[in-house]
Formats: sequence, C-alpha cells, structure tokens
Amino acid sequence: MNAPAIEPVIRFPEHWRHHHLLDLESLSAADITTLLDTAQQLSDLYDRNGKLSLLAGKTMANLFFENSTRTRNSFSLAAKRLGADTIEFSSSGSSVSKGETFIDTAKTIEAMGVDAVVTRHGTPGTSHLLAQHLNCSVLNAGDGPHEHPTQGLLDILTIRQHRGSIAGLTVALVGDISHSRTARSNIWGLKKLGAHVIVCGPATLVSKKWEELGVEVAYSLDAILPRCDVLNLLRIQFERQATRPFPSVREYALLYAMNAERMRLSKQDILIMAPGPINRGVEITPEVADGPHSVILQQVSNGIAVRMAALWLLLGNGSSA
Amino acid sequence: MALPCAWPRCGCCLAMGVPRDFNVARRSASVILEVVACKREARVTETKPSWLIEHGRIVDPRQGVDRVGRLLIAGGIIAAVDPCDGDLPPDFTRIDARGCMVAPGLVDLATELGEPGREEDETIESGTLAALSGGFTSIACAANTDPPIDTATAVEFVRQKAARADRCRVYVIGCVSKGRAGEELAEIGSLVEAGAVALSDSPRPLSNTALLRRALEYCLMFDKPILDRPEVTSLTRGGVMHEGMMQLVLGLAPMPAEAEDLATSRDLRLLETTGGRLHLNSISTAGSVELVGRSKKRGTQVSVGVRIGNLCFNEEQLRTFDSNYKVNPPLRSAADVEACLAALEDGTIDVLTSGHQPKSLEKKMQEMDAAPFGMSTLDTALAQVITYLIIPGKLSWKRAIESLSCAPAGVLGVEAGTLAVGQPADVVVIDPTATWIVQRSEMSSRSSNTPLLGKELQGRARQVFVGGRLKFSLKSPVGLAPG
Repeated sequence: MNAPAIEPVIRFPEHWRHHHLLDLESLSAADITTLLDTAQQLSDLYDRNGKLSLLAGKTMANLFFENSTRTRNSFSLAAKRLGADTIEFSSSGSSVSKGETFIDTAKTIEAMGVDAVVTRHGTPGTSHLLAQHLNCSVLNAGDGPHEHPTQGLLDILTIRQHRGSIAGLTVALVGDISHSRTARSNIWGLKKLGAHVIVCGPATLVSKKWEELGVEVAYSLDAILPRCDVLNLLRIQFERQATRPFPSVREYALLYAMNAERMRLSKQDILIMAPGPINRGVEITPEVADGPHSVILQQVSNGIAVRMAALWLLLGNGSSA
Repeated sequence: MALPCAWPRCGCCLAMGVPRDFNVARRSASVILEVVACKREARVTETKPSWLIEHGRIVDPRQGVDRVGRLLIAGGIIAAVDPCDGDLPPDFTRIDARGCMVAPGLVDLATELGEPGREEDETIESGTLAALSGGFTSIACAANTDPPIDTATAVEFVRQKAARADRCRVYVIGCVSKGRAGEELAEIGSLVEAGAVALSDSPRPLSNTALLRRALEYCLMFDKPILDRPEVTSLTRGGVMHEGMMQLVLGLAPMPAEAEDLATSRDLRLLETTGGRLHLNSISTAGSVELVGRSKKRGTQVSVGVRIGNLCFNEEQLRTFDSNYKVNPPLRSAADVEACLAALEDGTIDVLTSGHQPKSLEKKMQEMDAAPFGMSTLDTALAQVITYLIIPGKLSWKRAIESLSCAPAGVLGVEAGTLAVGQPADVVVIDPTATWIVQRSEMSSRSSNTPLLGKELQGRARQVFVGGRLKFSLKSPVGLAPG
C-alpha cells in the first residue's frame, strides 16, 4: 500500500537570492512581493499547524545596541515559530564606553555559531557594516534614522490585507519624518509597489527635499486627510533630536494629533496605523487608537509574520514544508 | 640653544658659529640639540652627487616652462636647465625620464603627522616617508598634535624629529590659540621665532570671531599666514555628512553647506578690516567659491585651498557607509565639486592640499557617528590627482603643479615650488602612466584609512629629490596592475 505523497505546503521561492535583509531601498518590487506573500503563507501555515520546523537547527541572535522590546521579541517569536533557537544580546551603552567595537561584539556572537544576526543600532549603516564583516546573514532591525525594513514590510502587509493591493492607494506618513527609519522603509516599499506617498509634519522635520524621492510633502494634515486611504502616525523621536524642532508637544498635538474631529475629515474606510510605541495624546488620541479604523495591533501580529518570512528566506536555503 | 631652522642644507649651524670641525664626542651627549646641530652640519659639508634628468617634460609653471629638456642637479641646487655637454660636471648620474614629468617637488599645506601624542595614527618618520612616496618634498605639519604645537618647545620637537627622520622637509604650523582652545592667543611671536611658518588651529575652525580678528591683527607683525577651516560648528554638531539628498536617504546626521559659507563670509569680511594674510585651508562648497571669487576681485589678500579628496569624491560615496569617506569638510554634492574644480582651474582656488588625516584602523572601524573624520591621503595624493582630475580632463598639468607646489610654497613663504636655477633641488619625477593598485602593504603612512584600498590608480612619483639628494626612488614597483 502506497503512502500518499506529502505535497509541500510551501515552496521556497526559486528566484530569491539575498543573503541579508538590510534595507528596502535595494530590493525590487518582486522581492518585496515575495516577502509579503511568504509572510502570508507562513502565517496561515502557523495558524493551521502550530509551530513549524523549517529552521530547526538554526540559531538566530538578537544583537541590540538600542532599547527595544517589541521588535526584539517579535524576531525571537518568529524564529521560535520556525523551530530555530535564539540567543539574546543587548547593550544600551555605546560600544565605545564598553571598550569593544560593535563589530568585535558581533564577531564574538557569530563565533558562537549563529546563522543570522538581527541587529539594531542608533547609527545608520551599522547593519551594512556588519554584513561586510560577518559571514552569517544580517537582518537590519533598525539602524538610526536610516531603515527598518521589517517595519516597512509589516506596514505594507497590513495595508495589503485590508485593501488587496498597494498600487493606487494614497498613504500618508505623519510626524517626525527626518528622524524616522520607518518612514524611509515605508517610502521605498510603498513607492515600489505603486502607492502615492505623502509625508506630512512640521517643516523642521519634513524638508521639501523629500519631494526629490517622488513623495508629496505636506505641512497641513487637515488639508490632505480627505485624500488619504491610510495614515501611518509616526512617533516623535525625542531621543534623536539634538534640539527640539517644534515649540511644544501641545502645539504638535494641536496640528498633527489624529483625533475624533480629524476622523470626521477622513475617508470612511481610512486605515489608522502606528509603528509604536504610541504616545497617546501626542500623535494619536485614545479614541482613535482604540477605534474601529485602527489596525495597530494587527500590525504587531503581522510583524511576526514578516519576520518569519525574512528569516526563512535568508536561512531556509530551499527547505520546504 | 634654539635652532633657527631644520633644513638639512640651510647652513644655520655655521651661522650660529658651530665650527666645521665640531666634534660630537667632545661635548656632553645630553645636549641633544647640539648633537643634532652637529649632525646637520656634517651633512652640509658632505659632497652631494650630481644628477642629470634627461628626456623628461619639465613643468615649472612659475617660470612658464613646459617642454622636454634636461635638468642638472649639482651641489644640492638646480645647477642648470638644458646644460651643454661641456658644462656637465665630471661625475654625475643620468636619469632617463622619458615619458615622465619633471616638476618642482610638491608642497603640502597642512599634514597631520600624529606626533607627539597620536603615534598610533602616524609618526613623523612614517608621515614623511608617505609624503615622499606621494611626490611631496615639503610638508607643513598641522598643530593638532597632543599636546598641541602651541609652544616654541613643541615646534622644536617636531623639527628635530623631522631632521632625524631626514626625509622630506617639514615646516611647522603653530597654534593660533593656547591649547587650540580657541580662547586666548598662543605665544605667536615665540612660535614664529622657533620656526613656525603659519598659524592654525585646524582642523578645528576658529569659531571665536574676536580671537580670529585679534590673531589676524597680531600676525601683521610677523607676516605669517593664518590658516582657517571655515565652519560654523553650531550648524554641524554631531554631523557626519553633507546635508542633501543622499544624507536624507541615508539618515546620517547633516552638515549643511551654509555652515561653511557663513564662516567663509565672516573670515573674508574680517580680513578686509584687519589686512594681513589669511588662507582658507579647505573650502568645499560652491557658496565658498563664489564668496572667495568676489572677495579676491575686491583685492583681498586671501588664498584658498581645497582638499584632493573633496574633488575626487562626492556625497554619493557615503552610500557605502565606509567611514573612510567621513571627512571634514564633508564630501559635497556633485555641483559643489564642479564649482571647486572650475575655481581651481581658473585660479580662484590657489592650493590643492592632501588633507592627510591618518586615523588608525580601530578608530575608523566604528559606527559612522563614532568614527573620527579623516582620510589618509599622502601616499595616494598625486595618483589621485592624475587619475581622477588630470586624465578625465578636469584639471591641466600646469594648474595641478601650480596648486600642488608653487602656490602652497608661496603661502608658506618658503623656498620651493620652482625649478629656477640656483634654487634648492626639490624635484619630483612623475610617471603619469604607471598603474598601480593601492594596498596596505604599499602605503608608507601608518594608517590606511583610505577608501582607495584595492583600487587601481594611474600615475606615481618615480624619483623624489630633496635638496639635491635622492630621497625616494620607485625601483621595483610592487602591486602593479596585471597586464
């Protein structure tokens, strides 16, 4: 009696070639779509089957030089759901004060036999630098204001789940654009998939130069609201600002906080997103954050899905389940 | 005993009354200064070989010379240009310079030598060797050592170390302010007496406007230039790269162009009031170029330099996140680079400087924020000018030699930058076609913080003469490009 052939439920995409995930700027629309499709499939697979073993025997290291709870835990959970082991390294102090360069720290972790390093650092380019110095895969979990590719992916996946596709949508990123890695990763990803992107915030945080990237620059949230399909409310990055770029938090909230009155100016089906952690009362009021248009918690769940996809694509090396 | 000069051939020992038959052994060895004086005196009296450089293209913009000819070096000086066979000395060595340029030795206006205090980056020994291999016969040592060169003793230390290294000539730049702190004037009179040829707090800009004004006035007494690197630091604090499109994409902290323009404008305006000599050591923006052009038209006695790296690279290179591209002034936009190149060609910019800032690997192997500014340039300077500026037709040979030799010599007020008969024979023979690959092992600088490692460059110094002595010769070039 022949045992029925077990068809693999998920196939490793043949055209995937990347060894690192450092930014969305250098990925093609097809790469991004692959990541999103894979995230959806893995997420569905996990929901049906529970823990998978696609990355059994692999080890992922979290190497965080900046505080983080959600991203770090999200990566750990993603690895565990794929059957990989994880180790944690975090250091809030700078590498200089520890007397070891962060490259040495990373090499030490790599020498423990890890297959992927997930890294976050306050300086742009650090994950690119690690990719040059390490043999294992490097995943950028945020490098200063530069990029945060998995955040961009999870935002886009969330939009896609609600709207089916990205092309033709108008997405506004609101807040501290100049210091935001989330903004940069969103812009690259959304533009590649055909969305119209508006960056909106105080002029000291949103330079007109952004227009050269093919995005619309706006200072008045009220003026653009009626056109927006999606609002992504970015956190004010007080820690990255050498000098305060606006007079007061109160004034910022007055001009840019998403509140009940502004919801009335918006489209009926507007999606309210925020990469978190959210500052209630600054960029978003509680009734909006907890309201029917908010998909903030869905973003968090999708974070695990895209991180599973990223880890599997970088480490899975043709495995299937 | 203070030595008036560190030149090997200056004869200052004789002027000081040191007898020609002075014997070291008779004096206490602890009197180091005098021993050095004695060694140098011995060199003055040594016989110097003669050289005949033939078939090379002699380029001496100061004399308006650019033709194939013969150059005779004898007795430490340029003895003759195109001598008749009858006038040749009985004993000389021929150098076939076919296909090569024969030019006055290059002069660098501000070189960081790391000594004292930062020997992990560079020493006077390694820095002067790197200078020679880059075709430089004279360099001016920047004052940002640790401790800084703000006393006569510090000036003398550098000059003695340089005399002991005995490679290229080393002139010393003294601090404008005590401790380079930008508050009080350093003892400029003592520094000049000890041999300082210029005053500068570079790479730190002279942010204190009152201090700069006082320094410009005070230096009127000594006829020495003040070198400033214009930058309004409150606009660049924490900055890593030029503010612009690339910076916006990369998210690195910005250094806006107007930070330089505003300081340039202030410096020029002060100079118009005080008179005196001001040299803006490294400008990099189209705005600065325009301001300087206008000021020069009004007759201001300002001279201006640009760094080789600021002409060879632009902001786009930061995309690699290679901290070797982190320099100050930062690599600017392509438009700024173009403006600087045009200004160099038309003479608005006088001087090309190496901008040599050696930084050890462990300092540069850090995050972009933490890595220090600087690029090690002496070894590759000449090849960079040839490869990136002359070959693509952006700069003429005449202007290259003028800005690398004649003009900086003029700013320092030293005897260099020309092949005129009777001048000290500081000569470089340049092979403009030799291709080579930049390798750590080939760099004489102690630091290899250059983004050019592994890259192929064209053009190289083949022979370098300092005071008529052959100090560098590229005999068996290693790392030649295959084929």
